[in-house]
Amino acid sequence: MNRLFQASVINNEKLVKDHYLLTLHPLEKIKKPKPGNFFMVAVNKGLDPLLRRPISIHRWLDGDFQLLYRVAGKGTSILSRNKPGDILEILGPLGRGFPLNIKSENIILVAGGLGIAPIFALAESLAGKNLSLFYGARTKTEVLCTRELNTIGVDPVISTDDGSLGGKDNIVNVLKRHVTRNPSLVTDHVLYACGPGPMLKALSMFAIKYKLKGHIALEQNMACGLGTCLGCVVKTSKGYKRVCKEGPVFSIEEIVW
Amino acid sequence: MANKKSIDLTVNIGKLKLKNPVMTASGTFGYGDEYAEFVDLNKLGAIVVKGLSLKPKEGNPPPRIVETPAGMLNAIGLQNIGINNFIKKKLPFLRQFNTPVIVNFFGDSIAEYVRAAEKLSAADGVHALEMNISCPNKQAGWSIFGTDPKVTYKVVSEVRKAADKTLIVKLSPNVTDIGLMAKVAEDAGADAVSLINTLTGMAIDIKNRRPRLANIIGGLSGPAVRPVAIRMVWQCYKAVQIPVIGMGGIVSAEDAIEFILAGASAVAIGTANFISPKITEDIINGIESYMAEEDIKSIKALTGAVQC
Repeated sequence: MNRLFQASVINNEKLVKDHYLLTLHPLEKIKKPKPGNFFMVAVNKGLDPLLRRPISIHRWLDGDFQLLYRVAGKGTSILSRNKPGDILEILGPLGRGFPLNIKSENIILVAGGLGIAPIFALAESLAGKNLSLFYGARTKTEVLCTRELNTIGVDPVISTDDGSLGGKDNIVNVLKRHVTRNPSLVTDHVLYACGPGPMLKALSMFAIKYKLKGHIALEQNMACGLGTCLGCVVKTSKGYKRVCKEGPVFSIEEIVW
Repeated sequence: MANKKSIDLTVNIGKLKLKNPVMTASGTFGYGDEYAEFVDLNKLGAIVVKGLSLKPKEGNPPPRIVETPAGMLNAIGLQNIGINNFIKKKLPFLRQFNTPVIVNFFGDSIAEYVRAAEKLSAADGVHALEMNISCPNKQAGWSIFGTDPKVTYKVVSEVRKAADKTLIVKLSPNVTDIGLMAKVAEDAGADAVSLINTLTGMAIDIKNRRPRLANIIGGLSGPAVRPVAIRMVWQCYKAVQIPVIGMGGIVSAEDAIEFILAGASAVAIGTANFISPKITEDIINGIESYMAEEDIKSIKALTGAVQC
């Protein structure tokens, strides 16, 4: 199956200011992505912006798929103007996703901001296990997917930077308090997370302290998505590794912050 | 309109005869294997692999790349697996194809360049060497090999003695007189020159007032540099008798033809591989169509055909 394919836009729905849910129909059969995999989306045919935009899989809909993205610059701004019927050229699925074949029945999921996009995909794949989701966002309106999460039986613990929904705190602190109150939360649990760098760093420090095993999905500036430009590396205990190829999902203890 | 079958796309670079003038630019095509899924490697004029040194190199800390208008800055720091690993792990894959493999290499001293050239010359399946002289010289206070004509002459002539395979010298564009540097490479025994390597550049995040690259300075590539590259290829074409390999922001067959008209015998596709992994094949097909439409029988007739 070709990893370079065209897809038609079924819908490009604005969920809330700057946040869009893009539903795509590939024009040929593509490989089913794993949660944590990503696609490189060509937002235009011109030269500016030059590079494709890496966006992680949010939801697989039996051949069609959804990407959840935030307008952060020129590329995503152009992407947000796509209308149903428009054709996009896409490369993927790429990278190494979250390991799904795990013994533990108890999963802690942590999402920060748009990190909910792959974490939702993961929650959907792990439905049936005992999932505890800790979800932090900047403000109430940017807390996304709550209805869909409820549909798969996940009731998230939410916090926001401005306190407009849940506690006014960062989500790592919220998790820490839960663990302090209920230490059994870290025994026989596996942690999966995606979110901004500082959140993942704080979370990793916490996880290492409590001997909590798990995986995190990272972001990095990226040109090719195929492992050749060597632009997207992160420092690991075994030297630099490529976010696009060995990642974007890494085990927590592997990353050198 | 010429029949496509009668079109001659072959070009000669030193001892190499390429089936067409389209090669990959070093550092943008890995060691070939990552792109085999998208491109028929047998169709390429040549594969130029990621720059190699005697010992593996870890490269620079991230962030290593940043997008700029119609281009990108990179400071990868020459990360590579080392010549021995390349010969053991990557070369067997590349030997399967009927396409010349050109190995880009570098060192941080003349002795290292020479040892690297000897090793690569002895490796079966390496068809030509491309010397990257845009890297710092440890013995001369880390000044760049490719910016001082005397040092350039010395390093190229020493490598020439050590290498019997076709030797291409990849020139740095960060010089005042590129034609002079091409002439120096030719006088030192190079079979061809390739240009341009990236132009040094810098970008700053105005919110946190920090450079966008951890290395502060990086190399600019992509369509943004193309007019500079075209000008330099033209100047080198006029300065030397050996073939010039042109590169710098090629994203289409039209861009490639512009380089050939400026004086390039062959072209290399770089940053565009990151945008579209099958672009090299598209460009080869596009050149062929252009020649058919313009009724040009041999691509060699186009080299330097710009009328000034």
